[in-house]
Amino acid sequence: MRAFEYTSPKTVSEAADLLAEKGDLARVLAGGTDLIVQVREGKRHLERIVDIKDIPEANVLSYDPQAGLHLGSAVPCYKIYGDKAISAAFPALADSTHIIGGTAIQGRAAVGGNLCNASPAADTIPALIVLEATCIIAGTNGTREIPVEQFCTAPGITVLQNGEFLESLKVPAPKSNSSSFYLRFIPRNEMDIAVVGAGASVVLDDAKESIVSARIALAAVAPTPLFAEEASVLLAGRAASDESAIEEAAEAAKTIARPISDMRGSAEQRVHLVGVLTKRALNGAIQRVKES
Amino acid sequence: MADKVHVKTVINGEAVEFLCEPRDSLLEVLRDNLMLTGAKEGCNNGNCGACSVILNGRLVNSCLVLGAEIEGKEVETVEGLAEPNKLHPIQDAFLENAALQCGVCTPGFLMAAKALLNENPNPTEHDVRFWLAGNLCRCTGYDKIVRAVLDAAETMSTEVNA
Repeated sequence: MRAFEYTSPKTVSEAADLLAEKGDLARVLAGGTDLIVQVREGKRHLERIVDIKDIPEANVLSYDPQAGLHLGSAVPCYKIYGDKAISAAFPALADSTHIIGGTAIQGRAAVGGNLCNASPAADTIPALIVLEATCIIAGTNGTREIPVEQFCTAPGITVLQNGEFLESLKVPAPKSNSSSFYLRFIPRNEMDIAVVGAGASVVLDDAKESIVSARIALAAVAPTPLFAEEASVLLAGRAASDESAIEEAAEAAKTIARPISDMRGSAEQRVHLVGVLTKRALNGAIQRVKES
Repeated sequence: MADKVHVKTVINGEAVEFLCEPRDSLLEVLRDNLMLTGAKEGCNNGNCGACSVILNGRLVNSCLVLGAEIEGKEVETVEGLAEPNKLHPIQDAFLENAALQCGVCTPGFLMAAKALLNENPNPTEHDVRFWLAGNLCRCTGYDKIVRAVLDAAETMSTEVNA
């Protein structure tokens, strides 16, 4: 690995200053499972690494049934699926954190890091999108907030500006009669990168029979993870058992997919998978509401 | 070149201090600075698990941790597994089940198995296979490894209950 300086600031403002000073030559370290590999393989040239794991705001993990989830950007995956209350409230987040890499990766890799790495195939991003997460971005001039679906702008690129970093994520408390689901297609059983990923969240009425609202998000079918807004909206008011409604949403989701063909799958296969996985994610979320 | 970092840590229960470059991985520090060569370099990118160690109670790939990051933390490596003159029950189970061939993956599997049994003393075969998915054995001796871990779990829970 090329030489760099290692820093471990204790405060948000110290971290922002350390980042601002070096611009593109500085990068935040959380779990390191992407960053260290990128530096080692020469894909990133850094003069400074800013380890944020000593910053209290980046380590927050608190859930309250009214206030929702506050998730520090450096919190590793295992803490999320290992927390029963958080897994029950945000099943899509538990689904996705449980399938990123193997046990040793989940012991280090952070949801915030998965987001900032901005891979089109990132598993946690569709989950965060369907759960309506907000990014809290810290910088040298204080913090700003944006919806998670606007965070990634291109493969590996985010809205973060010089001197800014992702401090934490806020996820609103789940509504009554709601649930969520994330799944991906991979040719292996685990330890793989999504060929396509799909997340869904649904809110049902009190009788758990019709859909009040839904959100669908997709991974690995565009330069960034996508919020399938039109496909989501058309489900409002439809019966939860109406397979034709689910089918329509899946077809609508397919129309926004603009995948590439690569070693993991062809564009044609990926568009087909969007349909299959969208239906499974929606039905999975509906099933979870009914079982709750 | 960046200044060396002075790190104070605990490895296998002993206080250790070392100097390393900021870019040195924990794996490089263990092997090259501290001569703890049990953890192996396989892929060096987090896929193979040959470098698995336990950091503050969690299984990690030591190739994906910087040496500088372990200041004030606790690391367990395969060297700390056996007591003097007595192998750990997981090591015994690996021998009894012939769960190693070339042996390169073994230290990683042993540490991964220890982390599993710390958290889940009575795993099912599915639990074991899911947990160990990040440890690759290129001799492909997985069945014996899984059997060894299940045997170790049984031995260890019997010892606890005895």
